[in-house]
Amino acid sequence: MKINISKIIIFSFVIFFLSIFWLGLKKDNNYDTKNFIGNKISNFQLSSIYNNDYISEEVLKKNKFTLINFFASWCAPCRTEHKYLINLSNKNKEFKILGISFKDKKKNSINFLNELGNPYNFVAEDADGKASISFGIYGIPESILINNELVIIKKIVGPIDQKYYEEILQLIQ
Amino acid sequence: MKLEKIIIIYFFLFSSLFANEKNIELTEIYKNLRCLICQGQSIADSNSDFASTIKLVVQDQIKEGKTKKEIYDFLISKYGEWIVYQPTFTKNNLLLWVLPYLILAFGGFVIYFLVKKNRHTKGN
Repeated sequence: MKINISKIIIFSFVIFFLSIFWLGLKKDNNYDTKNFIGNKISNFQLSSIYNNDYISEEVLKKNKFTLINFFASWCAPCRTEHKYLINLSNKNKEFKILGISFKDKKKNSINFLNELGNPYNFVAEDADGKASISFGIYGIPESILINNELVIIKKIVGPIDQKYYEEILQLIQ
Repeated sequence: MKLEKIIIIYFFLFSSLFANEKNIELTEIYKNLRCLICQGQSIADSNSDFASTIKLVVQDQIKEGKTKKEIYDFLISKYGEWIVYQPTFTKNNLLLWVLPYLILAFGGFVIYFLVKKNRHTKGN
C-alpha cells in the first residue's frame, strides 16, 4: 500500500491547529490578580488628606497586617463596602487600614468619611491616580492585604462583601 | 541678520522633529498596552480613566529617561503579561514566536519540491 506523505502532513497540521485552538479556547483570558499574591508592593510616599503628614512603605512595615483600600466619594460600590471596613477596623491591634482617596477632591473624601465613619488609620491622597498604578490598581474599590514584609497576601478587585470580609478576618488572625 | 534667521528656522524645525519623534514613541507604547477595563481597546484607543492614568505614568517615565522595555517591565510587574499586546519571549510561548517561521520554511520546501517534481515530469 502506497503511503501518501502529503495527506499525512496535511492531516497532522489540521490536528495540530485544532488542538491549539482547543487549548486556546479552554484558557481563561480574563484579567486575574491571583498571580500577584506573594509579590511585594513598591515603595511609595503619599500625603494625608487631612494635613501635611506623609506615609510610606516604612510605616506599613510596623504593622503585622495592613489593608490598603482605594476609595472615592464618587464611587458607589465604595459605600456598600464601607460597613465591612468599619467592622474590620479595631478587630486586631496588629492590623491597620490605609485608605487611599483615588482621584477625588480632599473636601469630598473628608465629607464621605464624616458621613459614613472613618475606618482608616491613615487616609492618603492619590489625586491624579498615578500612585494607584504602582499598586496595580485598575478601578475602585480595590483592596490589597499585605504583611509586615510588604508581601501581598490578598488582592480584592471590587467591593469587599461578606465573603471577603470573613476571608480577611481569617487571614489576619 | 540672515544667519540669525537661519538659526531660528533650524531651531524650530529640529525642535518640532524631536517633539514628533517623542509623540511617535509615546503612541507606539500606548498602542502596545491593553486597556484592562475596555473591550478590545488599547490604551491609545481608549479615553477611560484607567487609560488616561496609564498615559500619564508612561509620559512621566519617558521624561525620567526610561526605555520602552523598562516601561513595559514595570507595567507587567504591576498588571501581568496581559497588559501588553506583544508578549515577551518565554519557553511557554516559544511556539507562538517560532511557528510562523517554521510554517514559512515548510511552505518554501513544499513549493521547491512541487516545482522540482513538475519539472521532472515535464522533462520525462
